[in-house]
Amino acid sequence: MMKTTLQKIYIALIFVFLYAPIATLMVLSFNASKTRAKWGGFTLKWYSALFKNDAILQALYTTLLIAFLSAFIATIIGTVAAIAINSMKKKNRAFFMGVTNIPMVNAEIVTGISLMLLFISVGIRFGFLTVLLAHITFNIPYVILSVLPRLKQLNPSTYEAALDLGATHTTAFFKVVFPDILPGVLSGFLMAFTMSLDDFIITHFTKGPGLDTLSTKIYTEVKKGIKPEMYSLSTLIFVSVLILLVLVNRTPKGQKDVSSC
Amino acid sequence: MNRKWMSTPYLVWSIAFIIIPLCMVFYYGFTDKTGAFTLANIIAITMEEHMKALWLSMLLSFISTIICILLAYPLALILCNLSVNQNSFLVLIFILPMWMNFLLRTLAWQTLLEKTGVINSILTSLHLPPLTIINTPYAIILGMVYNFLPFMVLPIYNSLSKIDPNVVNAARDLGANSIQTFFKVIFPLSLPGVISGITMVFVPALTTFVISNLLGGSKILLIGNVIEQEFTQTNNWNLGSGLSIVLMIFIIISIIISTITDKDGEGSSL
Repeated sequence: MMKTTLQKIYIALIFVFLYAPIATLMVLSFNASKTRAKWGGFTLKWYSALFKNDAILQALYTTLLIAFLSAFIATIIGTVAAIAINSMKKKNRAFFMGVTNIPMVNAEIVTGISLMLLFISVGIRFGFLTVLLAHITFNIPYVILSVLPRLKQLNPSTYEAALDLGATHTTAFFKVVFPDILPGVLSGFLMAFTMSLDDFIITHFTKGPGLDTLSTKIYTEVKKGIKPEMYSLSTLIFVSVLILLVLVNRTPKGQKDVSSC
Repeated sequence: MNRKWMSTPYLVWSIAFIIIPLCMVFYYGFTDKTGAFTLANIIAITMEEHMKALWLSMLLSFISTIICILLAYPLALILCNLSVNQNSFLVLIFILPMWMNFLLRTLAWQTLLEKTGVINSILTSLHLPPLTIINTPYAIILGMVYNFLPFMVLPIYNSLSKIDPNVVNAARDLGANSIQTFFKVIFPLSLPGVISGITMVFVPALTTFVISNLLGGSKILLIGNVIEQEFTQTNNWNLGSGLSIVLMIFIIISIIISTITDKDGEGSSL
């Protein structure tokens, strides 16, 4: 009894630690006073102001577009690469896995700088394209690492059976292999999308002066004083993700097996 | 089926956007403005201000990593012992904050910690002395722990939930008490998770410039801030690249150390 109470208190404390800043942002989004320091009464004006603020909406659009495109392209390149890596001999495989791990373990600041130096020397104009290329680059490893375990679990005989029964390589792949690895592909896409949404450091080094994602916009606003519309936008994003996750969680899908450790 | 061609797009992509850019960092790091070979950019790390920034970064990220382990391990244990339903919900709760923009979350801590901020208003209304940790290294540690804690919880949780309950039961059957079971069985088996958590927390903490910028004021410089300034303000790419190379050496060392200890951990637990 004593032990479970302690456990509950511990979870509650960590919960407070994690959610205190988020609650603060939500409260601030309803704060009539423009300064963060004091409470000026309840208002919804920042929410209506948000939908008239073209700069923030443009940044939101850029963020979502880059996240979607980079995750999509990374999913295609990454899935194809994972299939190739899976059928490789040990030596080649080690090389590819090593390369895949570089952006994962390297500091983001170094990845950002290295891409910036590359884009400068090639002479591409900094902007949407450079950010997109950078995001695809750091997204591909997430896709590869989530598709590979699925491929390893595949039974190669099913693919060969499909071929024996007269299916072409393409048909066999899309009818037999692809449905099996689909969960890995989807979770790779989702992870890539999330990473791209939340990225600041790499975008900071590869974006041009005219382009802003939400992260870089917030960073420049921090110095000038952040607009309260930002709080309402982040509250809206947070609440919609929360609702989405609760809905997904409600539908009972394959229950995870959890050991009693 | 010949799948060799399938690796070509990724091979081309990674050479163009991973390997060549890294080579460029090395090129800039080992040359001066005229393009002549020099070691000056690497040796620049020994300059007092750079040494100070590097030392402070290592110290703060080390402390943050330790705090993250101490907070995350009990949490992962508790989460792991819960029933399946409660468990997936709670795990979700701990990942959810990551969906709020990382800069905004850190900025919110600024609001909480400020001299006239939320925490201090609560403390003064309770007649307690105010907390003045904003713009100090303590605030940076808090920001690091806050931002990177999930990266420690998840790998530890994963490795704990993979432990076969029969192994734990066997230890208990053979007469080990719960403390012995923990230190002799559960902890060694969870070590790979702890190790991967350490690299996932230590490297981003070591190289951050955003957290120190937002919570440390502009006075406290970490090595990440120094490098960022060389690129965006001073425009001395050679020096910035040189310092990045030094930073990469530290990252490689920390990864090597963790892989060695990882092997030891697996060896002793087998």
